Amino acid sequence: MSMKLKDLLQAPEVLGSGHRMCAGCGAPTVMKLMGMSLRGPTIVCNATGCLEVATTIYPYTAWKVPWIHVAFENVAAVASGIVEGINAMQEKGRYKQEHVDVIALGGDGGTFDIGFGALSGALERGHDFVYMVYDNGAYQNTGIQRSGATLPGQETTTSWAGKAEPGKRQRKKPIAEIVAAHRIPYVATVDPFHYRDFITKFRKALEVEGPAFIHAFSPCPRGWRSESSKTIELARLAVETGIHPLYEIIDGEQYIMSGPSKSLKELKPVDEFMKLQGQFKHLFTPQWEDFRKQVQQQITADWELLKKKCGVE
Amino acid sequence: MAATVKMTKPKGSIEGLTGDAAIAYALKQCDIDVLSAYPITPQTIIVEDYQRFFAEGQVKTKVIPVESEHSAMSACIGASAAGARVATASASAGLALMWEVLYCASGMRQPIVLAVANRALSAPINIHNDWSDSYGARDSGFIQMYCQSCQEAYDTTIMSFRIAENHNVLLPAMVCIDGFILSHNVERVELLPDEVVRDFVGVRVPVQPLDTDKPITMGPLCLTDYYFEFKEQEDKAMREVFKVYKDVEAEFQKVTGRSYGMYETYKTKDADIIMLTHSSPAGTAKAVVDALREQGEKVGVLRMKLFRPFPAAELAKELSSAKAVAVFEKCLSFGAPTNPLALEVRTALYDLPKKPMVTDFVVGLGGRDVPPATIVEGYNKTKQYLEKGKAPLYETLGVRK
Amino acid sequence: MSKKSSEIPMAGNILEPGNAREYKTGGWRAERPKHNPEDCLWIKNGTCALCCIFCPDNAIKLSEKDGKFLYAYDYDYCKGCGICANECPKSCITMEAE
Ligand SMILES: Cc1ncc(C[n+]2csc(CCOP(=O)(O)OP(=O)(O)O)c2C)c(N)n1
Ligand code: SF4
Ligand code: SF4
Ligand code: SF4
Ligand SMILES: [Mg+2]
Repeated sequence: MSMKLKDLLQAPEVLGSGHRMCAGCGAPTVMKLMGMSLRGPTIVCNATGCLEVATTIYPYTAWKVPWIHVAFENVAAVASGIVEGINAMQEKGRYKQEHVDVIALGGDGGTFDIGFGALSGALERGHDFVYMVYDNGAYQNTGIQRSGATLPGQETTTSWAGKAEPGKRQRKKPIAEIVAAHRIPYVATVDPFHYRDFITKFRKALEVEGPAFIHAFSPCPRGWRSESSKTIELARLAVETGIHPLYEIIDGEQYIMSGPSKSLKELKPVDEFMKLQGQFKHLFTPQWEDFRKQVQQQITADWELLKKKCGVE
Repeated sequence: MAATVKMTKPKGSIEGLTGDAAIAYALKQCDIDVLSAYPITPQTIIVEDYQRFFAEGQVKTKVIPVESEHSAMSACIGASAAGARVATASASAGLALMWEVLYCASGMRQPIVLAVANRALSAPINIHNDWSDSYGARDSGFIQMYCQSCQEAYDTTIMSFRIAENHNVLLPAMVCIDGFILSHNVERVELLPDEVVRDFVGVRVPVQPLDTDKPITMGPLCLTDYYFEFKEQEDKAMREVFKVYKDVEAEFQKVTGRSYGMYETYKTKDADIIMLTHSSPAGTAKAVVDALREQGEKVGVLRMKLFRPFPAAELAKELSSAKAVAVFEKCLSFGAPTNPLALEVRTALYDLPKKPMVTDFVVGLGGRDVPPATIVEGYNKTKQYLEKGKAPLYETLGVRK
Repeated sequence: MSKKSSEIPMAGNILEPGNAREYKTGGWRAERPKHNPEDCLWIKNGTCALCCIFCPDNAIKLSEKDGKFLYAYDYDYCKGCGICANECPKSCITMEAE
């Protein structure tokens, strides 16, 4: 595909203006980059969550491609049905398109947690579709509750920071690797700042046969209590601090570190990522100094492990 | 409105089939595009048989062996939204796990056919028949048809696509059979030739499918200003079923000689007491009626088939001349004044100037046998209550108290 | 504006793609971006475009006409998030109070 700037800018919008996601939300940009990666007729399935709710408030839709929402925990199953329904109709000669790409979109809640069973099942069955999680680190739509994607030390409305607790204590699920363990052909992590990396990977995901999975980092100014202007900067910092390293996993075994992560001489301290967000504010008090250090150690250790898997220095 | 089960016109084959196998065979002949289902006793044979058709290359269907019933219905919705003809099957806990998405299927107006082998709900876990599962889903926007024989299960499955996919309806449909009693019982079934079924069901013509040439948004957020309007539409569509059901059955009868009606009456014309039930107890009740008639009792049976939508107006007419209606049902609605079937019957009769007495007997929970003696007991009690002029709202029969 | 149940497509289906355009989100804005073309790379040679790529509301319209590169905001939809100003490598964009 052409990665020329002019061609990218001319890609038809998948999500138009007039949607009601918060000012500065990362998700619409993630959708825009997905749109720039498309290669032909596409159907989008969306799990319940901020993206679904704020883009389709009846009687308005911001979507310009065929789009379906059914429920929160089943988007991978809905996509399975669409893929196989189309396959069957094609084989019986009653479907006009020769090929349609099917994309399933879920939030971190709809993917790491409640929709995980449906996702795992669809991956195991091997339908040809792309699943993308837009990960904003919590159940944002219902008012910022913790999820399996919430970071240690992150304050949410179900993991409060208080005298006794530093926010969420547990680690974040390594969803990309869990998904890759299904031995599907393609898994990649992306973020909106590194947009060329994003588009290249999403296109690959469409092109492989069988299921592909994209883990997109998607800052949420509302839930994170960050300035709306800092969304893309936070995406960049997530990569540079090792919170969200960029890599690909081919066939569940071959790890490839992507350019933007590979070129990092060393990680920036996670503090730089955390300091821009109200949800980590408490970690900068003396009481949680040690906890913050532990989080840093964890992130560094994970990064070293990833480098090893990728065969990087 | 007696059921007519006469000789078929076109020559098909005659087989001994279980209820499950009969449904699986009907699905095969209906040339569905997608079957997405998860095993649960006593429905499992449907999925197993269908996978065998697939393995033998006898169907062009995409069979999706999903990881749960929730996903089974979800995949059906996706496939149906893309324009495909789809079906699934479940029971009990499986149906309960589908719960949320049953409402999505109907709310999104997807004509999915769901075969249910009725089974009790946990706890305690029990694999045998009662109607708690599909009765619990009676408000889900699914059409519900209850069958009494394997032949009827076969025929109804075929008709259900025509009813559900009708453009005035566009609602999902449940074809229900009693778990084990019908699902696993071999009966004589006249099968239609493939081409007869193919011509009868035709090819689905989807309305507003997901189409990349005409991109629509399906399943948006509808709030206080519009949600209610879509429920109004759904309700109207459900009421259209009465007419469509009759039309489809009339056509089916022309082709096969068989029809069942929204309900079936058996010796009700001069009956003082009409026993009202459906599915397998209806067969027992008919045998009881024959015996009681020999003793001079004026008794008949009304066997419901269509439970959603509920044909209240016709039923009221049919029951108006009886002195009492004795309802037998396999479901308990805990804490309710009466149970699901009797509730509908009482509502149907409420506006009659002269109302028959209604008695409600809860029987056969968890597959407890409903022998003729239980039906007779209900009949005798109803007679006594009639003499007294007063009856309890409901009672359980056949349980050790 | 609200229609009867008989006047709308079934099931909440929305038949007109992207009709959210009728819903103007520009009213949400507390600050408005202002573009200074002087150092802008798009204006200069049709490169960069980061502001446009990152804008969550498609409110930056870049175009080319007769060999010239044009830049415009669509204030009907710009929510004033300030991402464009934050990301501009040439600091061409400033946010001003509405
Ligand atoms: C079965 C079910 N449980 C709970 C909910 C309530 N709910 C709707 S969206 C949501 C959270 C969504 O979180 P996520 O997937 O991370 O998406 P986000 O809103 O953060 O973008 C929840 C809990 C629901 N709709 N359905
Ligand atoms: S709450 Fe967060 S994820 Fe949801 S629309 Fe607002 S910024 Fe986006
Ligand atoms: S302020 Fe935000 S919404 Fe407005 S043009 Fe800039 S990036 Fe787009
Ligand atoms: S980001 Fe700045 S330099 Fe780049 S195109 Fe936009 S305004 Fe011009
Ligand atoms: Mg989330």
